[in-house]
Amino acid sequence: MEEQLYTISILTENKPGLLNKITIVFNRRKINIRSLNVSTSEVSNVSRYTLVVNMTETEIEKVVKQIRKVVDVLGSFYYREEEIYFREIALYKLSYDLYKNNDSLADLLIAHDAKIISTEGDHLVVEKTGSKMETHDLYEALQPYDLLEFVRSGRVAISKSKRRTEAFIHELETSTSNALSIKEF
Amino acid sequence: MNTSVLEVEEKKELETAPIMGSEGVLKCLLEEGVDTIFGYPGGAIMPVYDSLYGYADQLNHVLSRHEQGAIHAAQGYARASGKVGVCLATSGPGATNLITGITDAMIDSTPLVCITGQVASHLLGSDAFQETDIIGISMPVTKWNFQVTQADEIPEALAKAFYIARSGRPGPVLIDITKNAQQSTFDFQYEPCTRIRSYHPYPALEEEPMAQAAKLINEAKKPYILFGQGVILSGAEQELQQLIEKAGIPAASTLLGLSAFSTRHPLYVGYTGMHGNYGPNVKTNECDVFIAIGMRFDDRVTGDVNTYAAQAKVIHIELDPAEINKNIKVDVAINGDAKQALQALIPLLNENTHEDWLAEFHECDRIEMEKAIKKSIDPQQGLLTMAEVVHRLSEYTQGKSMIVTDVGQHQMMTSRYYKFDYLRSHITSGGLGTMGFCLPAAIGAKIGAPEREVIAIIGDGGFQMTLQELGLIMQYQVGVKILILNNEFLGMVRQWQQLFFDKRYSFTEMQNPDFIALAGSYGIPAQRIEKREDLGSAFDSWLSTEGPSLLEVLVEKEENVFPMVPTGTCVSKIRLE
Repeated sequence: MEEQLYTISILTENKPGLLNKITIVFNRRKINIRSLNVSTSEVSNVSRYTLVVNMTETEIEKVVKQIRKVVDVLGSFYYREEEIYFREIALYKLSYDLYKNNDSLADLLIAHDAKIISTEGDHLVVEKTGSKMETHDLYEALQPYDLLEFVRSGRVAISKSKRRTEAFIHELETSTSNALSIKEF
Repeated sequence: MNTSVLEVEEKKELETAPIMGSEGVLKCLLEEGVDTIFGYPGGAIMPVYDSLYGYADQLNHVLSRHEQGAIHAAQGYARASGKVGVCLATSGPGATNLITGITDAMIDSTPLVCITGQVASHLLGSDAFQETDIIGISMPVTKWNFQVTQADEIPEALAKAFYIARSGRPGPVLIDITKNAQQSTFDFQYEPCTRIRSYHPYPALEEEPMAQAAKLINEAKKPYILFGQGVILSGAEQELQQLIEKAGIPAASTLLGLSAFSTRHPLYVGYTGMHGNYGPNVKTNECDVFIAIGMRFDDRVTGDVNTYAAQAKVIHIELDPAEINKNIKVDVAINGDAKQALQALIPLLNENTHEDWLAEFHECDRIEMEKAIKKSIDPQQGLLTMAEVVHRLSEYTQGKSMIVTDVGQHQMMTSRYYKFDYLRSHITSGGLGTMGFCLPAAIGAKIGAPEREVIAIIGDGGFQMTLQELGLIMQYQVGVKILILNNEFLGMVRQWQQLFFDKRYSFTEMQNPDFIALAGSYGIPAQRIEKREDLGSAFDSWLSTEGPSLLEVLVEKEENVFPMVPTGTCVSKIRLE
């Protein structure tokens, strides 16, 4: 079976130590986490973890089930690329002088749909939101312009499913099943 | 009416009188029905030990000689009694010494609550004396863990700990309590935990897979049951027997399933796995419907997973959804507690027999007896063999004793040749294979089931890993019967060296102390024998001794356990000799 990118979305109680309990599942199997993001969700006190990994479908199923077993994990789901909307945000720091003296740089930023968010001091900070490929393309394009600093966030993703987290949590609270789906959400 | 309101108020007042966190810990244990705890004191847990001084009439604390001894004893206690084993230790080394036992309990699904002391919360992360991040260390090997830094967190944390440890697929839980939390006062109130929204220990059974399973079983020509510890953990032994008898299906046991079903039953066909019986291994790859009940397809059971039962429709009855399709892809998955699942399944099954199919197992038994068993249990000459001693012990005790084993050849010989004929009678370190497990686990088992005859069967290697617990046996006069099968070798490693490493016996030969004198120094009656003809009378005096006693049998140095499925090979390719 071929490896491919999967996005794992995990809903958890907002408790300290959980991040460690979740990453242990990957570490034990020597799986490299490509990206990780933890944020709040639309339900109070429920956190949402978004991870990206490259694995086979057989393996991802097992890993997601193991994550589901961790106490305080409310739900654990995995998606193929076509099953979600996803974005990453990248920040690029450039020299302001260079920008002033290069019209081509301004054109480049427009062409890449990037936004200047700060021109304080001698720096220029550019923001670009998009897929990893898009932020990477801008990264490549900026190489000739003396890129001073670059950082990219973890992926955030929203599934195309119509289910609501609130309803899911309610279902959890009333259900006696532990066989809750790890596929659909 | 008025008086009862008054009483309630009075009671409430009593309950809310502030107490120390350390005393709160003990009150929680009593609320959970705990009467026995195993442990070892030290700085950071001293407040709890101080409170324990006043609770000695309600909580029986058993002092081990090493924290590893305490945790294995708690494991043995839990497995013999069916209750949650409780273990107390201090911070730092006290806590880290528990890790092997916690890991063992995790992989063998044993309910434990481990309470460790921790340095005061203002010292956390400061490399204080005996400070270690036991929450971080134990995270991968506990079902749940939690650090308490304030006294008022104690009741909820312990209530959750017991609920998680004992429910669903049981496992170990660790609660780390900082010294300041133990030493501050709070208003004690206890509410048992009955539900955690993220944790669903008992799935509701689904009808469809049940019907599919019933159809497959009813239509099967060569059905085969393999049952594991899940049957024991859910108390489904009776249902298992009903299922086997009603559908007339030959049934085999995994290592941890042993004693869930009588080995004397005509439909019992043996024990499966790397050193299991010939029939159950070979027939795995010949059956048409394979019914796995409360087991997890360990690699020591399956050998090569690609060929394992590949021809059969596989039905898996299993509580833990993460075990389903983990190692073996199954055709029908019944996610549920074994007892509930079997109760639902049995009415759907037709009464049936499979005499010709069963006869094939008997033919395998005949071959195995001729090629492997006979020379193992009845060598007639040379030194005694482990197989022979276990076989004779099985006959002597009529398979009714509670047997605790360590890890290695003696363990495999016991699982092969002790003919279990009494429920809940087999305790061993299965998944983790922890040498040193046996002696303390047997102590815990005897304390957990004082009415049973508990026999610890140990090799000379494993015995020396935790023999300090002879001190515990002496102090509490725990009536464990210890049988050391001494071949002056780390026998299983030596067997592998012989078979797979060209007989290069690299560091497996052992020079041993005088075990009899050693036992004597602890006041434990002991004898050593090496002659075949002395075995019967040695059993007589060893097992009739009041309280603890030890028997050392010098056995053949280079005995091998056969049959054997070499690691990762197809179970049909089992070697008989």
